[in-house]
Amino acid sequence: MISVQHPRQLRRNATANYLKRYWTLYLLLALPFAFIIIFRYLPMAYILSAFKVNNILRPPWDLPWAKNHGFEWFIKAFQNRDFLFALRNTVTLNLLDLLLGFPAPILLALLLNELTFKRFKRITQTVVYLPHFLSWIIISGLALRLLAYNDGLVNIVLQRIGLSPVPFLNSPGHWVGSYVFLGIWKEAGWNTIIYLAAITAINPELYEAAAVDGANRLRRIWHVTLPGLRPTIIVLLIMSLGRILGSEFDRPFALSNRLVTSVSNVISIFVYEYGIKGMQFSLSNAVGLFQSVIGLFFLVGANSLAKRYGERGIW
Amino acid sequence: MIKSRFGKLNDYLIAALCLLLIFISLLPIINVLARSLSSSDALIRNEVLLWPKGWNLDAYKTVLQDSKYTWSLGWTAILTVICTLLSMTITILCAYPLIYDQLKGRKIINGIIVLTMYFSAGTIPNYLLLKSLNMLDRPIVLIVPNMMSIFNMIILRSFFFGIPDSLRESAEIDGAGPVRILIRIYLPLSASVLATLSLFYAVGRWNGFSDALMYMSKNRQYYPIQLLLYQILQNATQIEVATQEGFFPPGISETLKMATVMFATVPIILIYPWLQRYFISGVTIGAIKG
Repeated sequence: MISVQHPRQLRRNATANYLKRYWTLYLLLALPFAFIIIFRYLPMAYILSAFKVNNILRPPWDLPWAKNHGFEWFIKAFQNRDFLFALRNTVTLNLLDLLLGFPAPILLALLLNELTFKRFKRITQTVVYLPHFLSWIIISGLALRLLAYNDGLVNIVLQRIGLSPVPFLNSPGHWVGSYVFLGIWKEAGWNTIIYLAAITAINPELYEAAAVDGANRLRRIWHVTLPGLRPTIIVLLIMSLGRILGSEFDRPFALSNRLVTSVSNVISIFVYEYGIKGMQFSLSNAVGLFQSVIGLFFLVGANSLAKRYGERGIW
Repeated sequence: MIKSRFGKLNDYLIAALCLLLIFISLLPIINVLARSLSSSDALIRNEVLLWPKGWNLDAYKTVLQDSKYTWSLGWTAILTVICTLLSMTITILCAYPLIYDQLKGRKIINGIIVLTMYFSAGTIPNYLLLKSLNMLDRPIVLIVPNMMSIFNMIILRSFFFGIPDSLRESAEIDGAGPVRILIRIYLPLSASVLATLSLFYAVGRWNGFSDALMYMSKNRQYYPIQLLLYQILQNATQIEVATQEGFFPPGISETLKMATVMFATVPIILIYPWLQRYFISGVTIGAIKG
C-alpha cells in the first residue's frame, strides 16, 4: 500500500535528506569560518577607537567620543609632521616602484621567452626566482654587505677603478634608489611567472604568420607578444595602482637606518612607532583607517577604469 | 643565410644577458658566503670579493655553539612545521566545501571570506583584539592570527574546481560522504598544489618577523630567527653608520653576522628549486582567479 505523504512532510524529508548528506560540509567550514570571523571581522570593531578618546586600558565602545565630532585624531594626524612625511614617502616610494619596478618583470619575461636554450632557460628561471624566497631581513643583511660605504663590494670595486665611493644606504637620495633597486632585485624574477604563463597562451600561429610576413624578432615581440600580454599587464597594473597608498612594513623597516628616516618612514612604520611602541592607539588607528579607505577607493577606481577600457578587471 | 646567422648571434646575445642576470641575482649571496668563510684580517683589508680569503669555518662553529642562535633556529623550524600543518588544514577545510553547489548560502559565505582580502581592519585593531584575547607575548600569537591566507585558499579552491565533478558524483553514488571524497579523491589529485601552498606558508613563517616584533616584544625567548637576525644586523648598521661618521669599526664579529645570515638563508635555497614545477602552476592559477 502506498502511503500518501503531505507536501509539508515531503519537504521536511527533503531537508532531512539534504542535511543527512551534506551536514559535514558545514562542519568542515566551521573552523575556517570561525577563524575569519574572529581574526578578520572582530578587529573591525576596534576601528571605532579612531573616533574615541585615547585610552590604552578600556575597549573603544566604553569610551567617550573624541573632540570635533569624533574626528579629532584625523585632524591631529594632518597636523603631525611625521605623518605628513610618512604620507609623502609612501606615495613617492610606491610611485617609483610602479614606474621602475612594474616594467622590469615584463622586460625580463620577454627576454626569457626569447632564450632558445631550453636547459639554460630553466636554470636562469630557478636562479631569478631565488631572491623572492629571501626575507627582507636577509636582503638587508646582504645589501648592507654589498653596498656598505667603506667595505662593501660595490664600493671596493668603484674605488679600485678610481671612482669615489657612494653612500648607497646612508644618504637619503641614494637610499631611495637602493630601495627601488632591491625591490626589483627581489621580485622581478618571481613576477615573470605570470607573464611567461600568459605568453605560452598566445596562439603560435600568430608567430608563424608574423614570420611569413617577414617580421624580425623585435617586430614579433612588438606586434604579437606584447599585445598578447595586454590583459595581464592591465590587471596587474590595476592591482599596483590600488596599492599606491598601501605600505609594506618589512621592506622599509629592514632597509632603514637612522640616517635616512626622512625618506624611509612610511605609513606602516608611523603606525608601528606611534601606535604599538608609543601607545597612541587612536591617532595611529585613524591614520591606518585613512590609509585603507583611500586605498580601497583607489582599487575600486582603477578597476572600473580598466573595465571601461574593455579589460577584465579583478572582480 | 645572412639573416639566420644574425638570428644565431642574437640568441647568444640573449644568453649572455641572461648570464648577467644570473650573476646579479647571485652576487649578494656569493659575497656574503665568501665573507662568512674568510678570516677577519682579510675582511679588514677589503680583500674579499667573491672568493673567501684565509679560509676558515670558525664563524659557523661559533654560531652552532651559541645556544641563542641554535635555539632560535630550532624554534623557528618547529614553528614553521606547526604553522604549515595547521595552515594547510584550515585552508583545505575552507576551500573544499566552497566547491559544492549543494552548499546552501555558498555565495554569501564565499563573499564574507573573500571580502577580507580587500579590506582588513589594520594593524592597530588587530593588535587591540589580540590584546583583549590575551594572546600578546605568547608563542601562540605567532601561529593563530595569520593561520589562513585567503589568497592561498582561492588558489586551492580554483584547483579543486578543476577536478571533474563526475569523479565526485560517481563516488557519491557509491555512498561516499564529503569527507571520504575529500580524502580519497581530492587530496591525492591535488598533491602538486598542496606542495606549492605548503611552500608558500612555510616560507612565509620562516621569513616572517613583523608579527613577533609587534605582538611578542616582551617575550624574547620565542623570537623567530629573522627577528634575532634583525637585531644582530641592526647592530651592524649602527657600526656602519658610526664608521661613516668617523669612528673605527670592530671587525671581529663581522664573519659571525654573515654566518648567521647564511644559516637563515640556506634552508630555503635547499628546498625551493625542487618545487619549482609546482609553484609555477600555483602562481598561475592564483593570477587567473585572484
